[in-house]
Amino acid sequence: MKSEFTPPIGKISNINGQCISLIGDDIDTDRIIPARFLKCVNFDSLGESVFEDDRKTLKGKHPFDLEENKKASILIVNSNFGCGSSREHAPQALMRWGIKAIIGESFADIFYSNCIAIGIPCLTLPKKVIDEIQNYCCTRFLFLEIDLKNSLAKSKDLNFNLEIKESSRKMFLSGEWDATSTLLDNKNLIENKFNQLPYIKFNTNLL
Amino acid sequence: MSQDTLFDKVWDLHKVSSLPGGSDQIFIGLHLIHEVTSPQAFGALKDKKLKVKFPDRTVATVDHIVPTDNQSRPFKDNLAEQMIETLEKNCLENKIRFFNIGSGNQGIVHVVAPELGLTQPGMTIACGDSHTSTHGAFGSIAFGIGTSQVRDVLATQTLAMNKLKVRQIWCENKLSKGVYAKDLILHIINILGVKAGVGFAYEFAGPAINELSMEERMTICNMSIEGGARCGYINPDEKTFSYIKNKLCAPKNEHWDKALRWWKTLKSDGNSIYDDVIKLDASKVEPTVTWGITPGQSISINQQIPLLDDLSPNDKLVAKEAYEYMSFKPGQLIKDTPVDVCFIGSCTNGRISDLRVAAKVLEGKKVSKNVKAFAVPGSEKVANEAKQEGIDQIFKDSGFQWREPGCSMCLAMNSDKLIGNQVSASSSNRNFKGRQGSPSGRTLLMSPAMVAAAAINGKVSDVREFIN
Repeated sequence: MKSEFTPPIGKISNINGQCISLIGDDIDTDRIIPARFLKCVNFDSLGESVFEDDRKTLKGKHPFDLEENKKASILIVNSNFGCGSSREHAPQALMRWGIKAIIGESFADIFYSNCIAIGIPCLTLPKKVIDEIQNYCCTRFLFLEIDLKNSLAKSKDLNFNLEIKESSRKMFLSGEWDATSTLLDNKNLIENKFNQLPYIKFNTNLL
Repeated sequence: MSQDTLFDKVWDLHKVSSLPGGSDQIFIGLHLIHEVTSPQAFGALKDKKLKVKFPDRTVATVDHIVPTDNQSRPFKDNLAEQMIETLEKNCLENKIRFFNIGSGNQGIVHVVAPELGLTQPGMTIACGDSHTSTHGAFGSIAFGIGTSQVRDVLATQTLAMNKLKVRQIWCENKLSKGVYAKDLILHIINILGVKAGVGFAYEFAGPAINELSMEERMTICNMSIEGGARCGYINPDEKTFSYIKNKLCAPKNEHWDKALRWWKTLKSDGNSIYDDVIKLDASKVEPTVTWGITPGQSISINQQIPLLDDLSPNDKLVAKEAYEYMSFKPGQLIKDTPVDVCFIGSCTNGRISDLRVAAKVLEGKKVSKNVKAFAVPGSEKVANEAKQEGIDQIFKDSGFQWREPGCSMCLAMNSDKLIGNQVSASSSNRNFKGRQGSPSGRTLLMSPAMVAAAAINGKVSDVREFIN
């Protein structure tokens, strides 16, 4: 486990760190954090339980247990990462373990929005490049410098252009990934919308 | 880009603004909450010194953690008790309507909202649960969100979202006897794959879909997310309207007439443009069972588990993992696979029509002595209806345990869990590794009728042999 956890705040433009590779398609949020750990009213202690069952099965050989990965903060995954349940506990657990950004072939929709909402950029690269990075990680340490402004990742040996949804990129650069205050800025528009929607007037019972 | 589909119409109607980054701010008409994904959201609201913006537009129930054997309070499980108490407190403090155990209206959130008439065409619906797509069966745009987004809906009744693309899945003809909505959606996910829906809303349409009851349509939309689509919907029709009519929260009197007129304008029509259209023949679908660790890894009851060579390169990695985890050999038949546990319930298949179909199979028969079988009604209403119809008795007489409503072994957050590497025949929605509570437990997804057949024979069976 990493030392003190501090959640990200404000603008996010550069993330530098060591990569940790996790191979597999369709890795679901039940695997990232099994349901029994959802019995909690805060996210504080989730970091140590990330991939709990997969790690137990691999008896110390899971990437999240390897000594050389203990300081890693950029997760390299394959396709449809984070599919399944909407539990934000999954990215919260990854973040509390130490993950600050994820690079993969593709991400499940709800997992992706959860990552944005808590300040973890999810970036994509073609399968070929991901395979290359994962192979590299098997034998050597890979330290990456992610530059969101230019959608680039740099290292000693490898450089590549990252892909990220333009709206997400802008939100990280401006700090608006923490959306509540931006949404609240449109207070009047929200009231107007509420008054315009036809069904608000239909339903008098309970709603 | 799609145009003039129901999705476009409902999205545009609810758009509050274009946000600086380029995503849309969308108003959420109905917000549903439960005990698992809401406590941290209320906590964050407090931290930011914010209030719930429209408390009337949020409705709560408790489902994931509730025990199904003994629901007396305090719960035996301290953590579960703490979670229900937190929800009770948050609802009370924020004046949110809460359907608690014993209210007559408690149950799985996606079973409860439609049966109360809360779910209506043309609404946007969000809930901190991925199976929120269920509500799309009524022609609403409904999707799962995470806890930070729950916080945003509580604080602003809006969300920052990117508009989805729309794929129409056109289902020709109709399902054969002994083949159900569950088989159809498993088949669709198998054909398209578990990630094809990423970035899409799925519109299910065509004669086979029109033929389905509202509850069957909910089964279809429920599992959109298993195909990667955060949102799935069906255009509303007379079946939709008559299901809603006279429900507790349905519009009444002159409001009903107005609602009906508006609902009828929402449909996708001849002018609609889709980003993609897929057509399939529903009459070719057979009883379907999953064999692997994703809901896309399914086969018909009489098929063999696919050989690695028969799979596309992209599916091989997960298939290898699945053979190993499930202890299945490529080429093996799925039929006659012994099962240890049979579970009927969940937001996919825990409604009264699901229990009726299973009861028909079970009537006058006995559950195999090697099988632990239990049925968990989706809600208190479903449980009461089943009792009135004598369905609970049919289940009990056959050897099924009859439980109290909740999510139960769909995700095993209560004490209903697989043990070791037990195999379950389950009417739920996910066969992920460890999903049903044991890190080595194995799940075979199928229709409730197929679960009933498996319970009787103690092994995976073709339900058509029971109903002919």
